[in-house]
Amino acid sequence: MTPQDRDLIARLCGERAGLRIEPEKSHLLENRLGPVARREGFASVHEFVCAVRDRGEERLIWAAVEALSPAETAFFRDPAVFELILAQVLAALAGRNEAGPVRIWAASAGTGQEVYSLAMSLLEAAPAGGRVEIFASDLSEHRLEKAQGGLYSQFEVQRGLSAHRLVRHFETAEEGFALLPAVRATVQWQRVNLIEDLGRLGRFDLVLCRNLLNCLHAAARERVLGSLIAALRPGGCLVLGATEVAPGLAAAEGRPGFFFEGSAAARAAA
Amino acid sequence: MVKQPAGVKICLVVDDSRVIRKVARRILEDLGFEVAEAADGAEALAWRRTCNPDAILLDWNMPGMSGLEVLRQLRREPGGLEPKVIFCSAENELARIREALDEGADDYIMKPFDGDIVASKLTLAGLL
Repeated sequence: MTPQDRDLIARLCGERAGLRIEPEKSHLLENRLGPVARREGFASVHEFVCAVRDRGEERLIWAAVEALSPAETAFFRDPAVFELILAQVLAALAGRNEAGPVRIWAASAGTGQEVYSLAMSLLEAAPAGGRVEIFASDLSEHRLEKAQGGLYSQFEVQRGLSAHRLVRHFETAEEGFALLPAVRATVQWQRVNLIEDLGRLGRFDLVLCRNLLNCLHAAARERVLGSLIAALRPGGCLVLGATEVAPGLAAAEGRPGFFFEGSAAARAAA
Repeated sequence: MVKQPAGVKICLVVDDSRVIRKVARRILEDLGFEVAEAADGAEALAWRRTCNPDAILLDWNMPGMSGLEVLRQLRREPGGLEPKVIFCSAENELARIREALDEGADDYIMKPFDGDIVASKLTLAGLL
């Protein structure tokens, strides 16, 4: 990649998705764009970027931008935080009773490991289910496809996932392991670009968006955070990365990254 | 037996392949473990009684005792319930993995493995 290639990609990422990509990080750019270039039939990343520049095709531009949006690929990332997320969902469930389902949104769900970890935990903790609706979204069409298929390689199912959960929630597939339909069916997928208008998604009791905001330009970060907050039901909980903050919401004591909408009374009830 | 400094955890690697033992040793030492090696089941059981490891990385298919036989024997011995046993085998059928877990294995690594996988499994076992 030439410096011009890297500048172009960084600019496109900023314009299309608010992503802050440092053009000097040639290693990251090459690593992320390499597979895309191969998939699209180009001999090198440079040739791919030339095509992005010369053809101006939306599909190619998005293929590049999507590949550079962050994605976590481990199950049960930060196990201690995960326990807190699960506890939060169970508390919301206990509090809602007949008031309709608890709605959860994983806003930057990548290839699905985080949201499926939650889905598995909920099946284990509350097998009756039915009262939880889980939505998951990502910027990348390619990742959504993989996530919806629920197909993971032998390497992927060994990152963060215990063998006990592997034998309980997966079946053998031709290449790797497939999440059982019963788990997959609990999650609804949609492509969402978080810097666009998100009003159509409705409101949620819990919104997960860990470690994405720090990857955005300041203006985009502010806009996305505003949308995430607007998507919370009264008393709803927003979970960010441990070092990310949500001015405008109340930080939960002793739980870095957890923020609550609304009044102190709503927080106490949550 | 060398006395371990307080807090250093011991992992016993049981595999008939010297290459696998070497790879596992490097990964485990990078993770801060003290490593002991055994090339077969009998040696593993003998080592376990003396070095009292926190974790055992256990191959399935070995000459002599199989990993499953080692596990069964281990769990019957005094103190044999203490070490976390993580199978480490090329066997990747879910039915076989289930069998190992039913016999008292704590977790299971399918070969080939890398440092991330070993670290992930040891974290799940509460050892990292």
